[in-house]
Amino acid sequence: MIELRDIAIQQGQFSLEQIELTIPTGAYAVLMGSSGSGKSTLIEIICGLRKPSKGSVWFNGQDVTNWRPAERNVGYVPQDRALFPGISVRNQIAFGLVLRKWKDSEIHDRVMELSGLLHISHLLDRYPERLSGGEAQRVALARAIASSPGLLCLDEPLSALDHDLHEEMCRLLKTMHGYTGITILHITHSRFEASRLATHAFQLSKGRIHIPEHP
Amino acid sequence: MKAQPPGPVGQSHRSLVVASDWPFMLGLSVLGGSYILLLILMVLAELSFASPSEILRILRNPDIQFSIKLTLLSCTMSAVLSVWVAVPIGYLMSRFSFRGKGFVDAVLDIPIVLPPLIVGCCLLILFNYPPFSWLSDEVVFEWPAVVLAQFVVACAFAVRTMKVSFDQIPTRFEDVALTLGCSRGQAFWRVVMPQAQRGILAALTLAWARSLGEFGPILVFAGSTHQRTEVLSTSFFLEMQSGNLRGMVAVSMIMITCAVVVLAIARLFGLRRVDL
Repeated sequence: MIELRDIAIQQGQFSLEQIELTIPTGAYAVLMGSSGSGKSTLIEIICGLRKPSKGSVWFNGQDVTNWRPAERNVGYVPQDRALFPGISVRNQIAFGLVLRKWKDSEIHDRVMELSGLLHISHLLDRYPERLSGGEAQRVALARAIASSPGLLCLDEPLSALDHDLHEEMCRLLKTMHGYTGITILHITHSRFEASRLATHAFQLSKGRIHIPEHP
Repeated sequence: MKAQPPGPVGQSHRSLVVASDWPFMLGLSVLGGSYILLLILMVLAELSFASPSEILRILRNPDIQFSIKLTLLSCTMSAVLSVWVAVPIGYLMSRFSFRGKGFVDAVLDIPIVLPPLIVGCCLLILFNYPPFSWLSDEVVFEWPAVVLAQFVVACAFAVRTMKVSFDQIPTRFEDVALTLGCSRGQAFWRVVMPQAQRGILAALTLAWARSLGEFGPILVFAGSTHQRTEVLSTSFFLEMQSGNLRGMVAVSMIMITCAVVVLAIARLFGLRRVDL
C-alpha cells in the first residue's frame, strides 16, 4: 500500500497542502488534475526526486520519506519518456537490471519477456532517436517495470499520442497491469483515461486531493 | 522556399522568406558577412606576406623547434587539465543550488575579465606566499609556469562551455536513472557524461586554442627564455622585438597551422562521434 500523509510543498507561488492519498497494493490509481495543479510534483515526491516541505511517504507500512530513489523500488515514466540517447532499446530495458547485478542470462530472459509483452521485440537493437512516439512509450514502460518495482508512476503517458495510439496504449497498459499485478499511479488531465483504466481515481485541485464521484 | 516547423533550440531550419524580409536578411548578411570577410582577408594577407624560405629558416632554428614542442605539449596539458576541472565545476554550477553560488560564479569569471598581464602578475605574486613559495624554484620562470599560466585562463572558458553543455541536458534523464537504481555518481557517469561528449570536445578545443594564444601571463610568470620557457606566442614577441617582420609572420603561420590542424582533428572526431 502506498500512502501520502499530510504532504505539503511550497515553492514560490505554488503550494500543495495536507495531501492525503492511499493507493492499495495492486490498484491502478489515476490522479487527475489540470495543468500546473502539482500532479508531477507529487510523483516526484513519491519517487524520492523531491523532498516535501512537510509530511511523509509510506510504502507498505514503512516510512520511506528519507529514502533515496534507488531504495524505493519505484518505476518512473516521465511525460517525455527520457529514453537515454545512444543506448539501444535492449540496453535501456536492461539498464536497471545491470545496476542491480542480475546475471546475464536473467537479464536476457527478462528483456525478452517484457519486449514480447509490450510488442517491442523487433525494436531491441534500435536507438531511441529512431523510435516513434508509441514505440518510445512502450520502451520506457519496459525499462520502468524491468526490475519489478513495487509501484509504477506514469506521468501523463498518453498525452502525446494520437487517437489510435491512445487506444492501443490504453489496452496495453491494462494488459500489462493484469499481467504484472503491479501497483500503478497514472497521472493525467483526461477523465476518459481515468474511466478506461482506473480502479481508484483521485482528483487534485486547489492544492488538495479529492475523490471524484464520476471519474 | 518551403516553410517547415520550427526545430529545437539551437538548430537551424529553413523558413519562408518573403520580399518584405529582404531588408532584414540583407542587414544580417552585410553585418555578418563583413566580419567573416575581415577574418578571411586577415589570413590571406598573412599568407601572401609569408615567405616559404623564411618559414623553413624559422623551422630549422633549434629555439623555434623547442618552442613548437613546448607549445604543443603545454597546450595539450593545460587543455586536459582544464577539462578535468571544468567538468565537475560545470556540473555543480549547472545542477545544484548552494549558498554562495553567485560568488563562485563571479570568481570563475576573474580570468576572463582580468587583463592577461594582470593574471600573470597575480600568479607571480601568489608564488611568493607559502605554500606556493615552496614550489617557486621549480615553477616560476620554468616550463610548469607556462602550463599554469595557460591553464588559469583556458580553464575559465572550459568551465563556461561545460556549464552550458550540462544545462542543455535535461535533468529528467538523471531522475529516471536514479529511480532505476543509480546513485547520483552512477547517473552522472552512465547517463550525463555520454551526452556531454560534444561539450567536452568543445571545451577541450576551446581550452587548447586559448592556451595557444596565451601570451601576457606566460611572459610575466614564465618569461621567454630560449630552450626553457619559450612558446610560439613568446617566439612571436621575440621576433617582433628584434624587428624581424618576416620572422614574425613565419611564427604566426606556424601558429595558424597548429590551430587549424587541432580544430580540424576535433571537428572530424566530433562529427564521427555524432554519427555513432
